[in-house]
Amino acid sequence: MADYKDYMLFDKLPHTWCAGCGDGIVLQSIAAVFAEMELDKHDICLVSGIGCFGRVDDYLDINCMHVTHGRALPAATGIALANPALHVIVTMGDGDSVTIGGNHLIHCARRNIDLTAIIANNYNYGQTGGQYSGTTPTDSITSTSPYGHIEQEFDICRLAEAAGATYVARATAFNPVQMRKLIRGGIEHKGFSLIECMVQCPTHYGRYNRQGEAADMMKMMNARSIPAEKAKTMSAEELEGRIVTGVIVNKNREDYYTKYKRIIDAQRIREEGGSVNEN
Amino acid sequence: MRETIHISISELRCKQCGICSALCPKQVFTQEVGKIPVVSHMDACIACRLCEMRCPDFAIDVVITGGEER
Amino acid sequence: MKSQKKFIEGNEAVVDGAIAAGARFYAGYPISPSSEIAEGAARELPRYGGIYIQMEDEISSMAALLGASLAGVKSFTATSSPGFSLMQENLGLGIMSEIPAVIFNVQRSGPSTGAATKPAQADIMQARYGAHGDHSIIALSPSSVQDCYDLTITAFNLAEKYRTPVLFLSDEVIGHLRETVTETEPGPDQIFSRIQPDPDISQKDFRPYGYSSDSVVPMPAVGNRKLLMRTTGSTHDEKGEFSPNPQNIDRVTHYLTNKIEKNAEDITITRTYQLDDAEIAFITFGCSVRSTISAVDILRAEGVRAGMLQLVTIWPMPEKEIRAVLAKAGTVVVPEMNLGQLAGEIRKFNDYGCRILQANRTDGVLITPQQIINTLED
Repeated sequence: MADYKDYMLFDKLPHTWCAGCGDGIVLQSIAAVFAEMELDKHDICLVSGIGCFGRVDDYLDINCMHVTHGRALPAATGIALANPALHVIVTMGDGDSVTIGGNHLIHCARRNIDLTAIIANNYNYGQTGGQYSGTTPTDSITSTSPYGHIEQEFDICRLAEAAGATYVARATAFNPVQMRKLIRGGIEHKGFSLIECMVQCPTHYGRYNRQGEAADMMKMMNARSIPAEKAKTMSAEELEGRIVTGVIVNKNREDYYTKYKRIIDAQRIREEGGSVNEN
Repeated sequence: MRETIHISISELRCKQCGICSALCPKQVFTQEVGKIPVVSHMDACIACRLCEMRCPDFAIDVVITGGEER
Repeated sequence: MKSQKKFIEGNEAVVDGAIAAGARFYAGYPISPSSEIAEGAARELPRYGGIYIQMEDEISSMAALLGASLAGVKSFTATSSPGFSLMQENLGLGIMSEIPAVIFNVQRSGPSTGAATKPAQADIMQARYGAHGDHSIIALSPSSVQDCYDLTITAFNLAEKYRTPVLFLSDEVIGHLRETVTETEPGPDQIFSRIQPDPDISQKDFRPYGYSSDSVVPMPAVGNRKLLMRTTGSTHDEKGEFSPNPQNIDRVTHYLTNKIEKNAEDITITRTYQLDDAEIAFITFGCSVRSTISAVDILRAEGVRAGMLQLVTIWPMPEKEIRAVLAKAGTVVVPEMNLGQLAGEIRKFNDYGCRILQANRTDGVLITPQQIINTLED
């Protein structure tokens, strides 16, 4: 059986992330799923954005396209449509995915592009010093909300679900076994899949909000976790402050390329000389 | 054949974050501030591999030899 | 060689040219006066097995273009001036990542929404310097519907040859102008195919980038069975791995500029009209070329030795040809539908004491031959 290290540029370690940062846990989960599925590296293309978690491509030995802040999903859309046989994996933080790139996320979900978005949500912009993002919880302290954050945060999974995502799941860094299972579920899903991975940022968010060390933050995530099945039986008040984990949405809807391919098949003209452009 | 479990910790990669020692369900590790964790209760290890999977720095390898395939 | 005559507008000829060049992916956001290109792409691409996708904005359109091109499919988008502003971010990504693509900008009056349906030629500087950071860029400008077909093929060839995004600076006049065009299908030798790595190279020896010379490095598509490909908008080394050390930043900057500037002679296209004995020379581009040709004819009929240099390639600026005109003509007039963006560039080369006059029009109406001639009387 393949080892997760086979999919990594292991000699690039130690990585850039701070001690205790949860991003490495997600990175290992991603590589472990590739190994578990025994994917051919040439069949995978990872697209990453900007931010702490945008650096995952530095450590993976697969096809990689590292793009601008927030634009990983549209770049991945181009790849997924130009080569539908590829497993397109998009790694983003909360900034990339639902703040600067929020518009791209909802449209990508709506179109049901066949790709897998893996989002590491640490509630803040860790790479640049802990400023608030679109997922920073109300009342939190960050370097740009020193008096407490007054905005309401996005629930990434609910946003994706409302936009039409066909596979939506969430795991925490406390539970890497579940994280692997959900990432694999996303890759195997045909259509737009999104896995939100809750990760701790002990350096900035944790310190500003006095949440202790990395392990304390992970324990707190676990204490707040509630399985998706159970969450269905709970009221909005009961779910306040909880982290719903597991598969939240899993449904079939034809993906963009499959639909478009039917247009191609119906409209295609044979080019002279009998050759058909196969691209 | 009895299985043997070996836990190796890479000094190069470990950033001493304390996740493994704090979250190990069997308290296999002990760790002092400013030092890398030490495997001090190997006999308690159940080879759940959570330390390996939760290590954000790819510093832990749990190697199981012998016994049945897991 | 297959050839057909059509009576169509510039924006339609662009679509035909793109398909003839082998483009099979379009991502864009409709905007006047370029939308006919989107409509044509949506209609025609699936007929050739290609894909049209309408994105949520121009930022994502540009990103999708680069993704599709990285997967090995020739890609294009069309926009107009304000949409072109939104594309600058990922235009920079294309330059740094060295991913070919063609961007059609059917220029309109601005700034901001401006007079949305009126022509202008005021994006010369946006084309050259709109993406931040030092770099060079290739930009072509058509002056006829025929150009919209022929130069589109040239634009794709340059994009592939130099592994870079190429700009096509059209304008509302040319985009909506209807005239007869002869569409000749290019032969295989007239289509530049992306340089592929040596088939025997191993992953260990493969490098997606190269900075040791000014030449272009082969680019395999992601998804090929042999080599893994790595691109990034971050400053990187030959392996495509992040490398922000001062020496590397410096050589990457120079490389991205030199691979275009040092090949300017191969890239630049100019045309002349009655230029040989001209005492009064016009230097112009795009829709203004049409009015300038009439101005030359009127002046010649009056016995004035007038002529014109047309810059088909706007960037890199055809310095050699411009200098030759400046050295020879007593007066150079620069007709353009902006307040002097090209004239300023031409002044940079004026080491010859040549009198340089501007013929500018910025009211959203095509500059006229008489207005150009009047400049000489001021």
